[in-house]
Amino acid sequence: MSDVVDARGLSCPLPVLKAKEAIEKGEEKIEVLVDNNTALENITRMAENKGFTVESQQNADGDWQIFISR
Amino acid sequence: MSRRDGLIVGGGLLIGVIAGLLVYFGNPQNMGFCIACFLRDIAGGLGLHRAGVVQYLRPEIPGLVLGATLAALIGHEFKSKGGSGTLVRFLLGILMMIGALVFLGCPLRMLLRLGGGDLNAVVGLLGFIVGIAVGVWFLKGGYNLGRAQNGSAVAAWIMPLLSVVIVLLVILKPVFNADAGGPIFFSAEGPGSMFAPIAISLAAGLIVGFIAQRARLCLSGGFRDFALTKDTYLLKGYGAIFVGVLVVNLILGYFTLGFADQPIAHTDGIWNFLGMTLVGLAAILAGGCPLRQLVMSGQGDTDGGVTVLGMVAGAAIAHNFGMASSAAGPTYYGIIAVIIGLIICTCIGWACREA
Repeated sequence: MSDVVDARGLSCPLPVLKAKEAIEKGEEKIEVLVDNNTALENITRMAENKGFTVESQQNADGDWQIFISR
Repeated sequence: MSRRDGLIVGGGLLIGVIAGLLVYFGNPQNMGFCIACFLRDIAGGLGLHRAGVVQYLRPEIPGLVLGATLAALIGHEFKSKGGSGTLVRFLLGILMMIGALVFLGCPLRMLLRLGGGDLNAVVGLLGFIVGIAVGVWFLKGGYNLGRAQNGSAVAAWIMPLLSVVIVLLVILKPVFNADAGGPIFFSAEGPGSMFAPIAISLAAGLIVGFIAQRARLCLSGGFRDFALTKDTYLLKGYGAIFVGVLVVNLILGYFTLGFADQPIAHTDGIWNFLGMTLVGLAAILAGGCPLRQLVMSGQGDTDGGVTVLGMVAGAAIAHNFGMASSAAGPTYYGIIAVIIGLIICTCIGWACREA
């Protein structure tokens, strides 16, 4: 079961909050879309602190796809 | 210590040291660098309010914006974004400034006052934390001003270019009307007449803006992130700024522990507390403290820009309506404004929820 969280354009700290909510729903694999480095860093830090593996890649339009998995 | 932690701790220490040294070079005591006070001085310097003692186009502010612009360009992070609750953010900027001018300082100056031994700032800090806690409660309840959209390059460059204009004005000091004064104004006495040389102020602003952009420094974000995710990253920045300015103050003899007779401060605990409660709550609802709003305005975020302009308007309102405190304490109008501000923020936090 995987879940996609679109956090593009949201103010701090909503991207990290929405990613955290998805994790706490019990999702094992989550993809989060963000449009700035601050959100990327915050989500990466939060997920890694919870013991998840985090990978990310930047799209051509500058947005980031973050893959969070257990 | 990780590389990122090194950045926030090292950057925070440097910002604290720079703020301390700016006092040595001429800025008012415990006010080496203050976002609210300096935006208020700029509002006065542009003639938007007539409080003669706080009028000066502080180069630190445009320097900070341009430092953030530079850092964002280097990091490929300069991006035109905006359109999320624009007028709500303008209003939150106004309220953030009113709260700060009742306390007499933004969250950054609160730390500088702590580092100068001003215990009134401890009261302010407690109020700030309460405001953040209320804001976090709204965040958990689904508070959201909506998504920002990609915008035009024109929009992204307005705040950086406005900053260049402010720097040119303070360097060139144009006079359009010798009798009436203007277009820009300078304090002859009071805090507005105390300032470091322009080149030093500008360089300090550039450095602080560059660091703050790289480190994502946000002074409302520290307690907020700790409350939401137990993340201590930004809290380390608080500690580092405090330690940096404390050391400089101790060396230069600016440290005086106590409540009474602190520089540009008053001792009314209730309104020091509630002024900063308003700042904390409005900052959480706006997505960042006054410093962070300036940084965002420098990297193409027009919502940050609108919040900054709201703070400038708030400074003009606060002085024209007699809401700003002085060393004598808060004013009747300031007290009423903080109460109304807290009510407005509560309404915004409650009304702007996701379905």
